[in-house]
Amino acid sequence: MAIQTIEARMKRLSGIVFLFFALTTWCPGQQYYSKTGKVTFISDAPLEKIEAHNNSGYVVFDSGTGKIEWSVLIKGFQFVKALMQDHFNENYMESQKFPKGIFKGFVQNIKDINLQKDGDYTVNVKGELTLHGVTKPFSPVGHISIKGGVITATSNFDIVVEDYDIEVPKVVRDNIAKTVKVMVVADLQKLN
Amino acid sequence: MAAVCGALRAQQEQDLLSLLGREETTEYAAASFKTNRVINLHSLESTAHGVLDVKISHRFGFISGGAYELWGLDQSMIRIGADYGITDLLTIGLGRSSFQKTYDGFIKYKLLRQSTGLKKMPITVAALFTTACQTEHWKDTSRENFFSSRLYYTYQLILGRKFSNALSFEVAPTLVHRNLVETTAEENDVFAIGFAGRIKLNKRFALNGEWIYVPPGQLDPKYHNSLSIGVDIETGGHVFQLHFTNSTSMIEKGFICETEGKWSDADVHFGFNISRVFTVVKPKE
Repeated sequence: MAIQTIEARMKRLSGIVFLFFALTTWCPGQQYYSKTGKVTFISDAPLEKIEAHNNSGYVVFDSGTGKIEWSVLIKGFQFVKALMQDHFNENYMESQKFPKGIFKGFVQNIKDINLQKDGDYTVNVKGELTLHGVTKPFSPVGHISIKGGVITATSNFDIVVEDYDIEVPKVVRDNIAKTVKVMVVADLQKLN
Repeated sequence: MAAVCGALRAQQEQDLLSLLGREETTEYAAASFKTNRVINLHSLESTAHGVLDVKISHRFGFISGGAYELWGLDQSMIRIGADYGITDLLTIGLGRSSFQKTYDGFIKYKLLRQSTGLKKMPITVAALFTTACQTEHWKDTSRENFFSSRLYYTYQLILGRKFSNALSFEVAPTLVHRNLVETTAEENDVFAIGFAGRIKLNKRFALNGEWIYVPPGQLDPKYHNSLSIGVDIETGGHVFQLHFTNSTSMIEKGFICETEGKWSDADVHFGFNISRVFTVVKPKE
């Protein structure tokens, strides 16, 4: 009887220890964020070079799990020509219907990164990109640098316009590139 | 145990972005009409800051002229004009019409902008002030003629809403003041109300219509209400507007107060407006 009780206690204790262990390993790490992530894209076509900037991307990065998420309002892209901006929203991105571009993914090699000291890391990010209502697996190569406590996340990648069901009519085929170059950069700060 | 793990995993998979709260922005309704004119009437749109919009507008003769006049193509009236966006809300414009050799200018200011998000506004309201100066030789040289007799003023409020991506509608109460009228039977101040709408058929085509109602008793009975229907075709930097209208003039005082054509008699003009925009001042990044 007495032995059984001890055994039961041991079991319960190991359970608690395991739970504690589980909690500490599963608990998300420190989160970092930015509300001023910069997204630039360039469409370099034979007849026209189009460039647009958005300086208010939302970014959240969890250093524990390596999860990183970006959200960009399509209407926030600023073009040099107002008419281009109108067309971009109205005809191509249909931003009324699909207001945001969203990326959700994980930094694959998060274990190799020490955010506590200065350093530069090339990271492989694996996730999904949603644009124009189309979600596709997306794995860009990024860069994380830590300098004086500031974490900067950057990435340059290409987007194939057709992949996201963005229609480019034949008349402007030479004005809009089939592949658009995108550059993203954000300085992250601690959340809370 | 598994339940606890599951709960934690769920927490981990939660939307990280939701931690930042909603983006607090105001989204203004854009492109309610393809350009700042519906056909003759001003639309809800302004010319963007730093943009010069050059407009060449034509109205051919009446279709009722038949084969002899090549259904009106033998004649043509033209207005050459340019609009400029001083700010995103303030537009000015100048033009010269061959019809009655008239110069015109306007100032248009957006008082309210339809928006959702942080600031919510159900409608767009713009105020328009135009002036026109007719420069034809005096019809009657035997009397004393004053320069002021050449001038016309229009005050208009444009209230409207983009109901959906496809449908926009506006109402425009208008007052036209004419310093000199042809006969004493006509009013110097003419009140009118314009209605205009557009239905977007696809990304590059839109159907437009406008009707301007002038309550009777203000104008000579030979004048009719202006009714126009047309399409907008957009190709890159150009907007082509093709339409049928019973108005000959392309400026407010003319198409509101001096529309002689009657749809039922096929006294209708085929016409077009071509708009080409140039970015003069580039926005700061």
